[in-house]
Amino acid sequence: MSIMGTRVVRVEDPVFLTRGATYTDDLTDERLSGALHLTLVRSPIAHATITSIDVEAAREAPGVVAVLTGADIDLPAPLLFGGAPKQMVRPWLATERVRFVGEPVAAVLTEERYQGPDAAELVDVDYEPLPAVVDVREALKDENLLFPDAGTNTCSVYNKEDPDPDFFADCEVVVTREIINQRVAAASLETRAASAVWGDDGRCTLFVSNQNAQGARDEVAGWLGVDASQIHVILPDVGGGFGAKIGADPEFALVAWLARHTGRPVRWSESRSENMTGMVQGRDQRQTITIGGSRDGRVKAYRLDVIADAGAYPRLGVFLPVFTRMMAPGTYDIEKVDSRATVVVTNTTSTAAYRGAGRPEATSAIERAMDLFAAEIGMDPAEVRKINVVAPEKFPFTTKGGVEYDSGEYAKAIDLALEASDYATLREVQKARRERGDAKQIGIGVSSYVEITGGGAFVENASVEVHADGTALVWTGTSPHGQGHATAWAMLASEQLGIPVEKITVRHGDTDHVPEGGGTMGSRSLQTGGVAVHQASLELIDLAKQRAAEILEASVEDLEVDTTNAAIVVRGAPGSPTVTFAQLAEREELKVKTVWDGKKATFPFGSHVAVVEVDTETGKVTVERIWAVDDAGPVLNPLLCEGQRHGGIAQGIAQAMLEEVVFDPDGQPLTATFADYGFPSAAELPSFDLVTMETPTPINPLGFKGIGEAGTIGSAPAVQSAVVDALAHLGIRHIDMPTTPLRVWEAIQDAVKEDG
Amino acid sequence: MIPVGFEYARPDSVDGALALLAEHGDDATIMAGGHSLLPVMKLRLAAPELIVDIGRLRELNYIRVDGDEVAIGAGTRHHDVEVSDVLAAEVPLLPAVARTVGDPQVRHRGTLGGSLAHGDPASDLPAAVLALDATIVLRSPRGERTVPATEFWTGVFTTAKEPDELIVEIRVPRTGSAGWAYEKFTRRANDWAIVAVAVVDGRVGLVNMGSTPLRASATEAALAEGRSIADAAALAGEGTEPPTDTAGTPEYRRNLARVLTRRALETAAGR
Ligand SMILES: Cc1cc2nc3c(=O)[nH]c(=O)nc-3n(C[C@H](O)[C@H](O)[C@H](O)COP(=O)(O)OP(=O)(O)OC[C@H]3O[C@@H](n4cnc5c(N)ncnc54)[C@H](O)[C@@H]3O)c2cc1C
Repeated sequence: MSIMGTRVVRVEDPVFLTRGATYTDDLTDERLSGALHLTLVRSPIAHATITSIDVEAAREAPGVVAVLTGADIDLPAPLLFGGAPKQMVRPWLATERVRFVGEPVAAVLTEERYQGPDAAELVDVDYEPLPAVVDVREALKDENLLFPDAGTNTCSVYNKEDPDPDFFADCEVVVTREIINQRVAAASLETRAASAVWGDDGRCTLFVSNQNAQGARDEVAGWLGVDASQIHVILPDVGGGFGAKIGADPEFALVAWLARHTGRPVRWSESRSENMTGMVQGRDQRQTITIGGSRDGRVKAYRLDVIADAGAYPRLGVFLPVFTRMMAPGTYDIEKVDSRATVVVTNTTSTAAYRGAGRPEATSAIERAMDLFAAEIGMDPAEVRKINVVAPEKFPFTTKGGVEYDSGEYAKAIDLALEASDYATLREVQKARRERGDAKQIGIGVSSYVEITGGGAFVENASVEVHADGTALVWTGTSPHGQGHATAWAMLASEQLGIPVEKITVRHGDTDHVPEGGGTMGSRSLQTGGVAVHQASLELIDLAKQRAAEILEASVEDLEVDTTNAAIVVRGAPGSPTVTFAQLAEREELKVKTVWDGKKATFPFGSHVAVVEVDTETGKVTVERIWAVDDAGPVLNPLLCEGQRHGGIAQGIAQAMLEEVVFDPDGQPLTATFADYGFPSAAELPSFDLVTMETPTPINPLGFKGIGEAGTIGSAPAVQSAVVDALAHLGIRHIDMPTTPLRVWEAIQDAVKEDG
Repeated sequence: MIPVGFEYARPDSVDGALALLAEHGDDATIMAGGHSLLPVMKLRLAAPELIVDIGRLRELNYIRVDGDEVAIGAGTRHHDVEVSDVLAAEVPLLPAVARTVGDPQVRHRGTLGGSLAHGDPASDLPAAVLALDATIVLRSPRGERTVPATEFWTGVFTTAKEPDELIVEIRVPRTGSAGWAYEKFTRRANDWAIVAVAVVDGRVGLVNMGSTPLRASATEAALAEGRSIADAAALAGEGTEPPTDTAGTPEYRRNLARVLTRRALETAAGR
């Protein structure tokens, strides 16, 4: 019986549930014995000139081995995103100017961890405050520059062509609106951490919490100016990344540099407060959406203008509007699509990837546009969507966003979601409540989405080795941090080889064992790394057959795998001699390494229906139910897939109703603790209704697409739309995320005022 | 998130704790459940030199009927308040309020005395104690005195308690079958209140509507005059100066006070 599509229980959980994970900060590796502890002195001011830094008192504090400032570090300051103006480099430790609250200014190294914060308090930094640039429109004016040498706050412009004034000329109806896709924090429960030690061989062993060991190695090596072969990155267990742990943090290289400088191992692990200002944050786009079409529901033209906030030092966030533009038309077949994006720096934490990374911003924009259009022409929002989605016979479909959608049945996904939710009945319940004038109204939101997974990193490697004792070892270039690859990759190998999952070990995250690898991000792992394991297993069978042919005195063509016994047998000859993989491994190493190249991205899609209750007297939103159709092709393990969907949906709901990183006009963070930052607990979420739909991609032999981010992308617009829908009878057409009680209540007050 | 270094003492009696307070003055700080104190220490907003831990003093942990009142030891955990049969029968408001504090871990550590002494206007129990017209019993080497809840809180995080005094007991009038309700409005289940309203026997306590827990006196007066719940509740925001933060503006909080007061009074009337 095939193991594919079955609910194999996660093999990684027994350890997590008993002994617990070993995160970077938990390591007791003997290479790290005698390590110094790094404490960073961080700027309390968002924008200021540094007039002096006095470290003398700190040097005298108990346990202090060294206190360093930027002047002590002989490395060129790195440009963290290649495409940004070259002046926008981030100093290792700020010397002349600080540009966000939380920017490192001095490094304190102590014998014991607890001594660090006491000594750090004694570092005396004089700041002369500068006006803070917090709002992107303010940044665009270029009146206060973060990098005067650059002469501008703009770090990237995508599409410099002037908009065509006649773009919407043939549209009967045109609606436009500025909306905000707010900034959110990844808030991974494990904060950032790094430990470094240089060996006598002149190589650095670097333990970090990250989503891609190989990428982190290359970046750190580049920053340190050493060959990548000199850096050995090891990833211990990683307690959540959500995109924010893609790429190395400059702190990693600083830790490595300090270890070399002091000749001792150095450990660093940040506090929650540091994490909430120091770790990259996500989203943060100001969007202007304009949609036009005819009164019969056909959309003809759509324009998306984006101003994105890169934060103080340009990082991956500068690139993400490229994804937003790519995915701008969403699931819709729109004749004309136009988009542009400008990215600016501000005195805030840098931005980068966050679950969905650029694509949710596109989906939320087009979905709001569809709702606005539907409201304007007085048509049901689900109906408008179905009229405009790409028809199934058009695949592969090249969009006006310039990408090729591989496979999809968008209208069917919407229908499944509507059916599962009994949409018509929901509308009746809504009507009855409105007629009664209840204080608590319900709203129904429908989203249709398509996203891009495995975008940009199509290549992945895997090795599979069978041992003489019948066990197997798989090495992968992906980098699981909760996704369950140890289970899933074992299933893929087991399916072909017949070796039980319990006997297959999956390892990752060590650049000496796996020098290449794309890590885990962008929902790429199964369709690249998983397929590579599948391919490696097939190649291992080929190798085994060649060797078995000799032993069994049969021709290779006559051999097949007996998965019941993990053996090679002669086809159609029961009772004839066989040889197991283990026996073959006993004679000679039985191992293959392979590289899979998918060459293209895949495009999972789906549709969500959300029902919310809005208390019109208080503005409080409660998500009552959510039905999710998330089609990412065939499902390898429903348990893992549902887990990804659950987490994704939760994060999407959280963005829609709770989470927002807020800075005051001086650039002070107002949401830097878990008491203030609104991430949800189970109590804020309903049980999710998951609907199955599986449309394979032709891009890989197993038909897999990615599922990691889908839930987030589909749920946020559905919930936001539902909140607006609950208040549609008051004339409300839009409320920005997060739809907090305050914001919803204020929208109601405004609507009532306008009405009166 | 590492506090400044401190000395630690765990006296084995209230008298021992009082002696330490008298000896060390401002340098000493009482710790009960530690769930308000430790977070501020970890953020380095407080750096006491000596922690006097009263968390394990059993003599401060009791709930018993005493005449017309229920006497509650200051060291009683929120969880013990939550599940107390005595309180469920005699002062049902209090367990209901305790149940809304934080999460189970917090409720198993935090104490009633600690919550009142901390004096956070966003806390739940102070407003309930205020609405209950309770009295707070303070003890110092100079002796014991009682302060009515209405006079206990003097500003944000400040109270009528002297530095050498310990809250030893909270005396709550038995309300028995009088109507009561607690309406706590939060963004998330385990958050502090944006606003909350405690109602018992026609008295109304407000959470997070000013620098101290407050009584909605205009509402209470209107009720006493026999006006309707709707009319009385409409006055709940009167005379308040609620704070502004990311969760709410003063106008919004006044609105919440009115809505929650109305709902709480309606629930109380039906009990
Ligand atoms: C995650 C979290 C969520 C929370 N959520 C809520 C919530 O929703 N609602 C809410 O109301 N509270 C909440 N709290 C606060 C919690 O209820 C605290 O435990 C309580 O407010 C303080 O009680 P404590 O015993 O922990 O006091 P401690 O932290 O030990 O002390 C607090 C202060 O009171 C003083 N003190 C303590 N006991 C006495 C005494 N007997 N006499 C004199 N002074 C004393 C201390 O010196 C200190 O200054 C939360 C706390 C946490 C950590």
